[in-house]
Amino acid sequence: CRCRALLSGPAGALRARRGLAAGPEMHFGFQTVTEEERREKIYQVFENVAKKYDVMNDSMTLGIHRVWKDILVHKMNPCPGTLLLDVAGGTGDIAFRFINYVRSVRQRQLQRKLKHNQNLSWQEIFDSYQKDQFNSLGDSQVVVCDINREMLKVGKQKAQHLGYSEGLSWVLGNAEELPFDDDKFDVYTIAFGIRNVTRIDLALQEAYRVLKPGGRFLCLEFSHVSNPLLSRLYDLYSFQVIPVLGEVIAGDWRSYQYLVESIRQFPPQEELKAMIEDAGFFKVDYDNLNFGIVAIHSGFKL
Amino acid sequence: RGGEEEEEEEEMEGRHPLYPGHIPTSPLQKALLAAGSAVMALYDPYRHDMVAVLGETTGCLALPNLRDKMKNHPEGYRILQERPRIRLSTLDMARLQGLPDGSLGREYVRFLEDNKVSPDTRMPPKFVDDEELAYVIQRYREVHDLMHTLLGMPTNMLGEVVVKWFEAIQTGLPMCVLGAAFGPVRLSSRKLQVLATELVPWAIRSGLNASCVLNVYYEQRWEQPVESLREELGIFPPP
Repeated sequence: CRCRALLSGPAGALRARRGLAAGPEMHFGFQTVTEEERREKIYQVFENVAKKYDVMNDSMTLGIHRVWKDILVHKMNPCPGTLLLDVAGGTGDIAFRFINYVRSVRQRQLQRKLKHNQNLSWQEIFDSYQKDQFNSLGDSQVVVCDINREMLKVGKQKAQHLGYSEGLSWVLGNAEELPFDDDKFDVYTIAFGIRNVTRIDLALQEAYRVLKPGGRFLCLEFSHVSNPLLSRLYDLYSFQVIPVLGEVIAGDWRSYQYLVESIRQFPPQEELKAMIEDAGFFKVDYDNLNFGIVAIHSGFKL
Repeated sequence: RGGEEEEEEEEMEGRHPLYPGHIPTSPLQKALLAAGSAVMALYDPYRHDMVAVLGETTGCLALPNLRDKMKNHPEGYRILQERPRIRLSTLDMARLQGLPDGSLGREYVRFLEDNKVSPDTRMPPKFVDDEELAYVIQRYREVHDLMHTLLGMPTNMLGEVVVKWFEAIQTGLPMCVLGAAFGPVRLSSRKLQVLATELVPWAIRSGLNASCVLNVYYEQRWEQPVESLREELGIFPPP
């Protein structure tokens, strides 16, 4: 196995992986850099990949990332009126799915209401249409927060292109220091974003802060494959194929080399669970998708 | 940014970058890159970077050959030692423009202006695993515009294909061969006819007859008339 080379000593490795300020040294993929350098490099990576982000996701995962994101939103099972904060939400994948989900739940709600109102007069039924018509989302809202301007730009363009306007806000912000007040959101999601955060502990603390009591934390992220055969195949694919795809499709080998390295540097399932618990969340657990290639961690603020 | 990463980077393959911008690759990665870049270059002809990558990943036989040709020639040897680069910052454009018509320098500048191209748009090599060979391919790229000037070919599709035929014979680079073979695919039948009957045979004859074009220290020959340089090299006059 190719990884694990750089970090000095097991304790240092553990702390560096947890994204704690283990002195000035941090990892950027397999390189060793300072905290500030790491933030800058990651900003540049996403600035470079923003325009081809979605195409690359489809190529690298053969479209499976769409299923993973669907599963996340289904697990969330939001009802109309939910206020969602999607951090590192860049190009809007989770936000759009949330809106679709909530819209269809709302549709069913309205249909059920109609069924119950069948004994009303025509005028009364028509009046009830008027009231609900302009509320297709049922007051649900999603705030997409991302640190990278380019990613937000692409996201906004996509929203316009796909026709999403209601219930959607775009905010520039840092997961380690969110520009929001305490106890505001019902759900906090971070999909394929927490890996790029330099101080994961701070991001988790912020997540705890901005969630309402009873609010839910959901994290979708690449994780560790324990099955040895699968792990080798996965490594082979990651290190041999993905940077090549990056070069051919996006003209950018290095950003995708960083991507596959950063996956290997990220804490495995149990460790991330412990970090989430450290931030104060309760009932923390995780589900592996595709044998651990991806995992969804969930926790509640009580 | 490339330099900084080069210092810190420990490639997971256990190999280290040999020059700024070098990305060491495994044989499997090279094979995938060659295939992928070939497809992408055909699919999107504006992806010049893909043509460059194709050249780098398939040049493992042709490049050492070229390098040896240069080593065994006095002028080529000097080029390998001194490593001149053709870039806007190193060229004295005003002086070249002032040279008489018909001279290499004047015609080169005229070519750049007419076709609105610049020598600075050439990609630096990334996937060549030998530092000297990386220079050879870089030199080949930078000399490409001079090929256009010597052959009198513009930068449209037709002109590029003709130059590719010439380069394919001269260098043996698989990328040139592929470009020469597949380039005409997008041409009209009228152009194809001209290509097949006049231009390509001339390019082939010139390519075979001429001595190695990489063995010419162009930067020291700006005053030389193009005609004379053609004769010296063995390139027949263009049709």
